[in-house]
Amino acid sequence: MKAILFDATWCVGCGACVEACAEENGLPAEASPGLHADRYTSLEEHDDTYLRRLCMHCLHPSCVSACPVGALQKTEAGPVTYDFDRCIGCRYCMVACPFSIPRYEWSSLTPRVRKCEMCSARVAEGKPTACAEICPTEATMFGERDEMIALAKQRIAENPDDYSQHIYGLEEAGGTCVLVIGSQELIDTAFDPRVPDEALPEKTWVVLSRIPTAVGVAGVGLVGLNWIIRRRMALMNDTESSNNGGGGR
Amino acid sequence: MNSRWKWTVWRAVAAVILLSGAVAAVRRFTLGLGAVTDLSDGFPWGIWVSFDVMCGVGLAGGGFTISAMVYLFGRERYRSLARPAIFTAFIGYLMVVGGLIFDLGHPWRIWHPMVMWNHHSVMFEVAWCVTLYTTVLAAEVSTMVFERLKMVRSAHIAHNLAVPLTMLAVLLSMLHQSSLGSLFLLVPGRLHALWYTPLLPFLFFLSAIGVGLSMTIVESNLTSRSMGRAVEAQVLRSVARVAAGVYALYVLLRLGDLVWRGQLGALWPVDRAAAFFLLEFACGFVLPLALYARTRVRRNSRWLYHTAQLAVLGFLFNRLNVGITGFEVVSGVRYTPTWEEMSITLSLVTVGVILFALAIRYLPVLEEEKSLAPAFAERQQSQRSLEPAAIRGG
Repeated sequence: MKAILFDATWCVGCGACVEACAEENGLPAEASPGLHADRYTSLEEHDDTYLRRLCMHCLHPSCVSACPVGALQKTEAGPVTYDFDRCIGCRYCMVACPFSIPRYEWSSLTPRVRKCEMCSARVAEGKPTACAEICPTEATMFGERDEMIALAKQRIAENPDDYSQHIYGLEEAGGTCVLVIGSQELIDTAFDPRVPDEALPEKTWVVLSRIPTAVGVAGVGLVGLNWIIRRRMALMNDTESSNNGGGGR
Repeated sequence: MNSRWKWTVWRAVAAVILLSGAVAAVRRFTLGLGAVTDLSDGFPWGIWVSFDVMCGVGLAGGGFTISAMVYLFGRERYRSLARPAIFTAFIGYLMVVGGLIFDLGHPWRIWHPMVMWNHHSVMFEVAWCVTLYTTVLAAEVSTMVFERLKMVRSAHIAHNLAVPLTMLAVLLSMLHQSSLGSLFLLVPGRLHALWYTPLLPFLFFLSAIGVGLSMTIVESNLTSRSMGRAVEAQVLRSVARVAAGVYALYVLLRLGDLVWRGQLGALWPVDRAAAFFLLEFACGFVLPLALYARTRVRRNSRWLYHTAQLAVLGFLFNRLNVGITGFEVVSGVRYTPTWEEMSITLSLVTVGVILFALAIRYLPVLEEEKSLAPAFAERQQSQRSLEPAAIRGG
């Protein structure tokens, strides 16, 4: 499983990652800042440090579980990919994402969901993502998730004063393939505190996995109840008719 | 029948709504979602989901509830309500499909979930339930069409299918009503804690039964008025008694759930979320319960009618709170539906009302076609003689 490590302490905010991403994915060179349909990643300024926003490529992605047609897939290599040809445009993935990442082409008549796909084609060829390859300061790194976690721990251990001990993405939403380290203040304040540590698809799966049983039990119950009631009514009718019509023996 | 067309205030209102809806529809399919809605990356679902889909499905709850009472459980006294309820449900689902066609980014791919499966997705379940239950409702409605067209054979087949169709209706409704609640189980961080609960699927199912019964009372009153008949007070009284039970269970569960999850504190101080919750819960569920539970209210047709109206409003408020308010207060993104969103939604409702008005005039919705009764009896007689004696004996 591959992962991206972003180290906010090493990032100088040059924006090369944003440009390389745009070029790699055929997005317009000029675009407004922030994440939107034309930007898969962005740099966010927090005091004097920068934070990259991009799809977190969860280990158990809510969007993948949400998509009714399987347009979103978690690949073995790590990237969460999007297949436009399947997409019906229900936008449940956008609602479902705990990090509020997916964007939509609102002005298009054939709108696509837009988000970082971790350069899945490049990764399949064994290459790093465009953003990691271009980064001049090694703030964005790419490799095996285990190695990225080890690297994060190493950087934190070497300069403990510059970092929060918390590696963001290690546990969040059940773990992600984008890991973020940085100053105590950044890590404590820059992320949505409502993102839980547990994997969210489990919350709907507990219901969905019980459907066959529920349908079976309810179906048998309905048929049985209906049978009993009909039989009782038939018996009542028979008694009535024999009382009225037959006039006893 | 009187063929002279007269303009009335309501017809004029309907015409204005449909005209603006048509303009909005053209704009939707030529300019795209962004130009005609207030939807955004921070607020991807608006009233076309929260009202057209979530309320449309819920208001259809009377269809399976009443038909189950009549066709499955032999509660004959509700028979006169079954067909109007089924037809209302059919209209509700047409509204859902209509809403989806406007809301989906790619409406022409609406069939994709039928062939591209992801059984881990609640939306997949929703898609299948909409498709299957709309089909079942169409089959149920077809009975009325066959009767009107005097297609004795087809009508007879449809009649014989009433019980299995009703069973399917109950099963599919159970799944569909609850699945709309399950959709939100995935977003504990994005839906306000006053509405987010693991009980959402069950609460959605239960409130759909409650609102289905309330809708039946409202719609029975409306038809009686428009047809100049007396209100079916006796039957509606019984419906109200059942509704009282359903609302009692719902209110208890909802309160118990707040206590259990330790969220009572979220009600004080009264912020926007708490105010919307209190208004919804107190006026839309507790008050209808208090009124339904009173014999004096149930015996008074006017009071009962207004109680049912209140319950329907409370239900709409609940679904809009889950789909809109609950997300707004957490994300801080404000969403105000545009005139296009409003007029398309209103148009769908208007089309529904018109369809219902036409149906009670031209289809045997209010009572089964009498002229076919002898034909049925004959067929049943001949069929009965073929049945083995053992079934009728014991």
